[in-house]
Amino acid sequence: MTLADLPNLLVGPFVEFGFMRRALAGCLALSLSAPPLGVFLMLRRMSLMSEAMSHAILPGAAAGFLVAGLSLPAMTLGGLVAGLAVALAAGFVTRSTVLKEDASLAAFYLISLAGGVFLVSLRGSQIDLLHILFGTVLALDDDALTLLGGISSLTLVALAALYRPLVIECVDPLFLRTVGRVGGPVHSAFLALVVINLVGGFQALGTLLAVGLMLLPAIAARFWAADLSGLIPVSMLISMLASVTGLLVSYHAGIRLPTGPAIVLAAGALYLVSMLIGPRGGLLRRLVRRRHLEA
Amino acid sequence: MSAIRFRGLTLGYDRHPAVHHLDGTVATGDLLALVGPNGAGKSTLLKGIVGEVGALDGAIETGTKAVAYLPQAAEIDRSFPVSVLDLAAMGLWRPFGAWASLKRHRQRLLDALAAVGLTGFEDRPIGTLSGGQFQRALFARLILQDAQLILLDEPFTGIDERTTADLLALIRGWHAEGRTVIAALHDLHQVRAHFPSTLVLARRPIAWGPTAEVLTPPVLARALALSEAWDEAAAICRHEVGPTAAHDHHGHDHAHSHSHAGHGAAP
Repeated sequence: MTLADLPNLLVGPFVEFGFMRRALAGCLALSLSAPPLGVFLMLRRMSLMSEAMSHAILPGAAAGFLVAGLSLPAMTLGGLVAGLAVALAAGFVTRSTVLKEDASLAAFYLISLAGGVFLVSLRGSQIDLLHILFGTVLALDDDALTLLGGISSLTLVALAALYRPLVIECVDPLFLRTVGRVGGPVHSAFLALVVINLVGGFQALGTLLAVGLMLLPAIAARFWAADLSGLIPVSMLISMLASVTGLLVSYHAGIRLPTGPAIVLAAGALYLVSMLIGPRGGLLRRLVRRRHLEA
Repeated sequence: MSAIRFRGLTLGYDRHPAVHHLDGTVATGDLLALVGPNGAGKSTLLKGIVGEVGALDGAIETGTKAVAYLPQAAEIDRSFPVSVLDLAAMGLWRPFGAWASLKRHRQRLLDALAAVGLTGFEDRPIGTLSGGQFQRALFARLILQDAQLILLDEPFTGIDERTTADLLALIRGWHAEGRTVIAALHDLHQVRAHFPSTLVLARRPIAWGPTAEVLTPPVLARALALSEAWDEAAAICRHEVGPTAAHDHHGHDHAHSHSHAGHGAAP
């Protein structure tokens, strides 16, 4: 392998195979919309909550699968309904009982995960279960691509519209409550966007890993940027880089490396690298003690 | 004209009253200190005015919807990466909402930061401010809220003398502009020096009127003596609403109702 082979290695698979181009397009669409949501989730200390919500999608998708087999509309609709229902139910339990939100979400997502696996096993095979859990990024059809592009566009427009109240709601929810009534609706709209993106991610990466492209790039971006104007673009870039890397590695790997996990692993590797060498609080920066300033 | 009217107001948690049968009016333009021991219901009363705590009984009538409120322990996430200017700019939420551009109003934001002595801090993340600087930034936000009714819950707790003096000057400025300010405070010297009227609260109102008449040793002793205990087995309150109600049941001192009624009538 020489340097001359490099373009062929990097671009060749996408030029040669339609399914690689589709996978790339789907992942890039997801990379534009999911990581900004991840940034807000991370800053609001809701990272684990999004993980829980991604599991909550499973029984809905499984119900869709039971009714209509591996059909995109049925499974998407089922996932959306189940995800939104669990988000609302967890919020309701938090407000009306002694449980904190993390505890009520944990309860709901464990029930959902077990219930979902049970539902899929009622009719499907092990392969179907694997498809639902880990996605089929190399088999995205036109409908799936349209869905991912639509979700991405909707998310970016909605985030732009909600940006200011969302930031205020994150920093000082009490203040937003005293000056207006938008706090609750903004929070709900944000959760809805998270669910929609998880359902989109589920097409590519499966229910277990859908949250991977949402959270890992956002967490990694924390080591490169300090404020939202930096965090959001950096997280998008990291997510795109992870998508391309994951697709190429799984294509070129000698062993059979499933593509969805390869993408999330690539995002994970970027996170580890960021943690080591990131200029904002990375480990290496901490080891080097720089001279302090005068004031 | 009154900024706020309390009518037989009882506020509390789980049916246990934290503010018990409060009647009276706060005149527009008043600078009122709320005084009382811990657990007296000062914070609860302010939360009740902004609607954070619902009334168990009675009602609060406020003339204006635009209330600026500075809570005691703000729920503010100081690790969230926003700048001091962004924090202050939140004060413009009412007129500008979610979408209007603030670009052309940058000077107004900078002026508010200058008024609290934070010139040059506009781009600092809020997480890097000291306690006093952060309180100054919150006062800049209060300035930008431009509200006719301003509620401050122990605004000077843990704040050094110089910052306190600066912020007190701001409060006097608001008073001079005719805004209504209500502040829960512990420092009685501060109250005597800067606040023309005072409400002494110990769950129920103990005394309400001009500060010099109200902050007397017997009144303060009575406020302190009132138990802070939360009686799990407390009987259901049979207090009758209305001017002819039997106040004796609660041991109310009728003198206070006269003094605050007179106060409420003042311009």
